[in-house]
Amino acid sequence: MAHDASALPPLQQVATDFAADKQAFHVPWGKAMMWIFLLSDTFIFSCFLISYMNVRITTTVPWPNPSEVFALSLGGEPIPLILIAIMTFVLITSSGTMALAVNYGYRRDKKKTVLLMIATALLGATFVGMQAFEWTKLIVDEGVRPWGNPMGAAQFGSSFFMITGFHGMHVSAGVIYLLVIATRVGTGYYDRHRGGNYEMVEIAGLYWHFVDLVWVFIFAFFYLW
Amino acid sequence: MSDAKEGQQHPLTVYLWIWLLLFVLSTFSYLVDYFHLHGLLRWSLIITFMLLKAGFIVAIFMHMAWERLALKFAILLPPLCLLVLIGFMAIEGDYTFITRGAAFLR
Repeated sequence: MAHDASALPPLQQVATDFAADKQAFHVPWGKAMMWIFLLSDTFIFSCFLISYMNVRITTTVPWPNPSEVFALSLGGEPIPLILIAIMTFVLITSSGTMALAVNYGYRRDKKKTVLLMIATALLGATFVGMQAFEWTKLIVDEGVRPWGNPMGAAQFGSSFFMITGFHGMHVSAGVIYLLVIATRVGTGYYDRHRGGNYEMVEIAGLYWHFVDLVWVFIFAFFYLW
Repeated sequence: MSDAKEGQQHPLTVYLWIWLLLFVLSTFSYLVDYFHLHGLLRWSLIITFMLLKAGFIVAIFMHMAWERLALKFAILLPPLCLLVLIGFMAIEGDYTFITRGAAFLR
């Protein structure tokens, strides 16, 4: 770029960035596209959560208490929401390992990057496994169906399966995505084809952190509310 | 990109601190449920912890804090129109609830 607007005051910088006949975002195109994809995904998940809010307001039947529905007894007394809490910690841990993978990627520490990405994918797979357990428990033991359940408002099932199902699908896709990128880092694909630029790791990281971000909202609005 | 700096390089300690913070905040939000807090206190605590966690993930883990303002605006401002949808659907939901009450619960 001939001139860089970095030195300008922030708002003038925005004006210069958008007004000039050139690229607006000074980031690799893949990263800009990932952000725009994540923005569209934000709207999809928001539509799910807002329709959940809507049906929960409209129902005249009491909403099942998530604290009791998702309780799990490990030996003795049922502990409220314990599985969901563990899932939350697993996902946060995976976000941490991913952040470190991105960091080591930029330091060109190939081995650590690959190992941390694989750890992230394994934690993601663990999360999906726990979710499969949770779904099985709800469907088989508690009789929750998309059209009704024994505990209360019929809309509970459809909201639950749509929201967590769509999120679980994102986690599963993310696990595959991470393994593909990790393989490419490990086999030296980016060294041969992109001059040793590991920005793909950061882009995969953006997706993974977004999946964690969505879970923060699901945890708060669906499980805790 | 001739002016491309070497991506987003930050000290490891930044990530480790945020990681720890996310763990603590998650524990807090779990404790809100564990101690059966109710009413306004419960909701305000849930929302506060949720927004703090979301903020740290976006700002630090997703590097938004270090991106240029143009990208911040392009990504962070559009979701604000969701507030309008939330408002609409809340009003609509209340209306449906009242209608159902009037029609079915007599």
